[in-house]
Amino acid sequence: MTAQEIHDSLKAKFGEAVLEAKLDAPQPWIKVDPQQLYDAAVFLRETADLAFDYCSCVSGVDYNDGKLGAVYHLFSMVHKHKIVIKAIVPKETPHVRSTADVWAGANWHEREAFDMVGIVFDGHPDLRRILTPDDYPGHPLRKDFQVPEFYNGMKVPY
Amino acid sequence: MLTEFGSILVFFLLGIVFVAGGLIGSWILRPHRPYPEKLAPYECGEEPVGNAWVRFNVRFYVIALIFLIFEVEVVFLFPWALVYKEMGMVAFLEMAVFLAILIVGYVYVWAKGDLDWDKPRPEVPVVSQVAPTMTASRTEHVPA
Amino acid sequence: MGFLDQRFENSNIVVTSLENLLNWARLSSLFQMQFGLACCAIEMMAASASHFDIMRFGVIPRATPRQTDVMIVAGTVTLKMASRIKRLYDQMPEPRYVISMGSCSNCGGPYWEHGYHVLKGVDRVIPVDVYVPGCPPRPEALLEGIMKLQEKVRKETLVKKKA
Repeated sequence: MTAQEIHDSLKAKFGEAVLEAKLDAPQPWIKVDPQQLYDAAVFLRETADLAFDYCSCVSGVDYNDGKLGAVYHLFSMVHKHKIVIKAIVPKETPHVRSTADVWAGANWHEREAFDMVGIVFDGHPDLRRILTPDDYPGHPLRKDFQVPEFYNGMKVPY
Repeated sequence: MLTEFGSILVFFLLGIVFVAGGLIGSWILRPHRPYPEKLAPYECGEEPVGNAWVRFNVRFYVIALIFLIFEVEVVFLFPWALVYKEMGMVAFLEMAVFLAILIVGYVYVWAKGDLDWDKPRPEVPVVSQVAPTMTASRTEHVPA
Repeated sequence: MGFLDQRFENSNIVVTSLENLLNWARLSSLFQMQFGLACCAIEMMAASASHFDIMRFGVIPRATPRQTDVMIVAGTVTLKMASRIKRLYDQMPEPRYVISMGSCSNCGGPYWEHGYHVLKGVDRVIPVDVYVPGCPPRPEALLEGIMKLQEKVRKETLVKKKA
């Protein structure tokens, strides 16, 4: 299926939850309302024509305009097509329903997105920091992150 | 010049001197600077959690017990082997009787399964299927 | 009980002969605590393999710090790992040495400017004896680092240090 067909079938099911799309990009992406992200994920996985059973990556993005994004790269082993789903949330309340029980690969990637950018995935079985230590101050890949001067007695900057 | 037991005594004493010399020598030579972080138990760099004394399997006890009994039997075989040439057929028959009694015990232990190192039955992990597999959902559509 | 550990007031022929013997014994058998963290670990493995063969210098890798003399920190030291390195260094018995291998453990390496989770040099947590530069250093460079450490061990003394 082409990106246009995927977009059409998603729009037919969810209507106004599909916000935006850029289908002529090198990696065609579809922006989805974060409230409906979980239902869209289940739909994308369970529909026989779409069959997106492999989530190859979940990235956390800081768009520097007060918004954070969770970007899901999906691939279908059955039909060999791929799509990118984006969910944009405001920085003050960055909550997204976790898709860890839809795609098992999303589990650690969502932990990394939480660690690096600070998006909280509700319903995640084990949401804690994965790369930085548990008591590290802040979320490093946010644009307004300041490197701490000292961490546990060690001087961090050069 | 020395009796047979005398040479064993010399051998024994030299062994003790050899080991003790090495240990005492290194005790003299090595630095001794203990402090609490150095004496903490090693746990690959993490803070040690839990007890270092773990329960080990009772199979070790059974195997060690059986080994001890048959080791004593072998110890009896050594002096017998030394005097066997002078004594001839009588020695052979006596040892055969001795060994036969012990072999009966060995066969009993073997048949009872005390020599088996039981392997635990492999536990196949139960995977909870949250979403149905593709073969199933290929024939169904998501209800609207 | 460490009768000889830096207890002598002045050196004489017996003390220097003993020093030579002890230092020669120690430098010929520097057991290594393998501490490969990142890409420098590959070069350390290459140095341990048959072509460059670190074992002919007496350096045998041991997995536990209790049986080692030298810790070769090879690779990027993150802040999360730094507390473990400190604990493992504490658990090594004296005499102990540290070789910092590669740019990341010398000074933070390529992450010196923007690294938010990289410790800029492992000498911020443990004392280092030899720094081996390179990114990653060739196995021959690591071998030279070990030889420099052997020179350092050769010069150690049992005589009490004067203030």
